[in-house]
Amino acid sequence: MSHDHPHEHGHDHDHGHHRPDPLTPAEARAKAIESLLVEKGLLSTDAIDAQVAAYEADIGPMKGAKVVARAWLDPDFKARLLADATHVIEEVGLAPSTNQLVAVENTPAVHNLVVCTLCSCYPWAVLGLPPTWYKSFAYRSRAVIEPRAVLQEFGTALDESTEVRVWDSSAEVRYLVVPERPAGTEGLTEDELAALVTRDSMIGVAKVKAPALAAR
Amino acid sequence: MSSKETIGLIDGPGALPRKNGELVFEAPWEGRAFGMAVALSDQQVYAWEDFRQRLIAEIATADAANSSSTYYERWTAALESLLTARGLISPAELDARAAEYLAGERDDFDHDHEHDHHGHH
Repeated sequence: MSHDHPHEHGHDHDHGHHRPDPLTPAEARAKAIESLLVEKGLLSTDAIDAQVAAYEADIGPMKGAKVVARAWLDPDFKARLLADATHVIEEVGLAPSTNQLVAVENTPAVHNLVVCTLCSCYPWAVLGLPPTWYKSFAYRSRAVIEPRAVLQEFGTALDESTEVRVWDSSAEVRYLVVPERPAGTEGLTEDELAALVTRDSMIGVAKVKAPALAAR
Repeated sequence: MSSKETIGLIDGPGALPRKNGELVFEAPWEGRAFGMAVALSDQQVYAWEDFRQRLIAEIATADAANSSSTYYERWTAALESLLTARGLISPAELDARAAEYLAGERDDFDHDHEHDHHGHH
């Protein structure tokens, strides 16, 4: 594929001088919308660039991971997070969420799973953009009906006795799962802990795994 | 700056959480479509909820029809439907512009060309 080309001059900016593939209809429509919006002065290409860059590079799940790591280390912070995540995330230097953010804690007794059955509502402020599967019809429809089967497919086996709670996101309320802290992580720093926290664990489809025993 | 530092700290065998996932956008145009919808809401051209309702409707229609359309195709359709409903873009000019892109008659515009357009009238 062309994007693997190691000697590509500059970055991805394609000026159309040599376009190997014709545009798909959707791509053409998106480009048409963009060019008309810019012509009409409704939007600048810079404003679009800024949004894309922010969500691709800066606002990734590591922000949520930092919140989780702090919650694991600081019981007071965790208590405040579970009570009012919307405002508490500002303490770790995140922009306040424009929606209500609710943090739900996984324990041996309760496992939380987040879905948006209607579309793709997702806690952007802490997790960046949702993965493709989160937006799929299969996940949106099945997470509520058969969460245990869905979890199984993600490789997450739960005890029979563990209660599964499924949270349906909306425009107003977004959810962040605080996964269980794995055993064997005593003595790790906040940054080391944050590195263990995966996006999937904060959606609730996976658990956080202890650092590989082989490491160091 | 701080995000760069964070990225540095959690690089290595521990793996960035964001590296556990797939690419956010499967093609660059999907990123543009995403950025447009968010930027327009940011600049209060419309309320985010208005876009979201269009997106829900597009997804519901596509799901009901068992459509194989992708998420960002539906996203783009929602954006188009909102912009035309608000009279910000007319369906005719959009069709015409899209046809030009499809036919390869139009280069990707770039920043400099855009400034030139203002002088043509």
